[in-house]
Amino acid sequence: MRNVFLFIRRYFTFFTFLLLQIVALWFLYSYNKFHRAKFLGVANEMTGRINSQYNKVEDYFTLKEENKRVHRLNDSLLNLQSRNFMHRDTIMGIIQDSIPYDTLGNYRRYTSRPATVVYNTINAQKNYIQLNRGSAQGVSDNMAVISSDGSVVGKVVNVSPNFSQVMSLLHVQSTVSASLKKTGEIGTVEWDGKDPQFLVLKRIPKTVDIKLGDTVLTSKVSFNFPPGYIVGTVADKKLDNATGMYILKVKTAANFYNLQQVHIIMNLEYDEQVKLNQETKKKIEDPKKTVK
Amino acid sequence: MSDLVRNIIRFALFILIQVYILNKIPHLHRYITPYIYYLFILWLPFSVSRQWLLVIGFITGLVLDYFTMTPGLHAAACVLVAYVRPFVINILTPKDTSEFNYREPSPKAMQWTPYAVYVFILTLLHHGYMVFLQWLDVGNFLDFIIKVISTTAISMLLIFTTELLVPRKLKFRTNTA
Repeated sequence: MRNVFLFIRRYFTFFTFLLLQIVALWFLYSYNKFHRAKFLGVANEMTGRINSQYNKVEDYFTLKEENKRVHRLNDSLLNLQSRNFMHRDTIMGIIQDSIPYDTLGNYRRYTSRPATVVYNTINAQKNYIQLNRGSAQGVSDNMAVISSDGSVVGKVVNVSPNFSQVMSLLHVQSTVSASLKKTGEIGTVEWDGKDPQFLVLKRIPKTVDIKLGDTVLTSKVSFNFPPGYIVGTVADKKLDNATGMYILKVKTAANFYNLQQVHIIMNLEYDEQVKLNQETKKKIEDPKKTVK
Repeated sequence: MSDLVRNIIRFALFILIQVYILNKIPHLHRYITPYIYYLFILWLPFSVSRQWLLVIGFITGLVLDYFTMTPGLHAAACVLVAYVRPFVINILTPKDTSEFNYREPSPKAMQWTPYAVYVFILTLLHHGYMVFLQWLDVGNFLDFIIKVISTTAISMLLIFTTELLVPRKLKFRTNTA
């Protein structure tokens, strides 16, 4: 017994080293799997505070670009206003109600709330963006994030009371369902971890006629993202002979270098869709459990 | 200024510089991310015990990790650097002097060549281990080698620039004082 204690005492430093290594690696792997880091809630609040202070200064450097983007979006919204549209009627002009949707049986599926980027990197393999809105402001996991000019940025993966972490499109684990604007084929947008200006669009069959410069939008089948937001434009096409699918290089529409104001978009039916999806899987793939 | 206060200020400065300048500059190339924060560990006084070195290294890495959202990645590399540091110092300094005349590792305390070797070995270890951990997730072997070499080169450049630009007031310790 004495020898055991002596042994431990002799190699105490080495054991400390091993212990700390194991703790560090455990943190790393549990995070990579579930995006739930240990003590992240507390740490996120702290880094969030410091990042917001820094952001107060940093914002001034990108104000001009930001103004341009907001102005463009304002302009497009102005064009959508109901007062731009009149019935071509000789008797009287009908002015549409300002909320014309309900009468036609439409309903609201997405709501958006504004947020400011407080920290953002582009030079890692796994880039995250920190926003100044958290669970106290109604943000929760898996909400979509788009830039102020309407281009896709990423989705929320973690929230603390006042801040949230967004997995950027520039993250090697990010997958977003996207479709071609012209023909509507659906594929997935990923990132290969190389150039932050280019994403990779996979699973587009080779029968589709693709021209360089074609627009890639978010697809209609995504749970997180509303359809029709721009992801980017095709910059290069390559054919993968093994699968007969294209591997398209897509230039990002969002400028990740100077993100500042973003919208967090919530799918009001997200929970229902995911639940249905899971229940279907359970029912079909594991029928023994449900039939009793 | 006591060692403790001096090192706390250094810690904050290194982390802030790493997070807000080096991680944010539009990157030169996809292989190159400049790193300098671990110079904090290399600059710790000789008198810090080996257990404390490990703990300080772990905390340093973890604080940076929470900023970059990679919990454990830098912490693991820093703990390795902190563990190897005393061995490297032992090898590189002459055996007959039982006490160091200076408080912390610097070109003045160790001469330029041993100091350069000291920085180089630990930089290579730090980047090698960190890029290895990242590489387990993604990437291919050539990427791994190039990334280690290029980040080591740029970090060495940064560290020596820092050594030349930032004068550290290092008092020569004598028995008479």
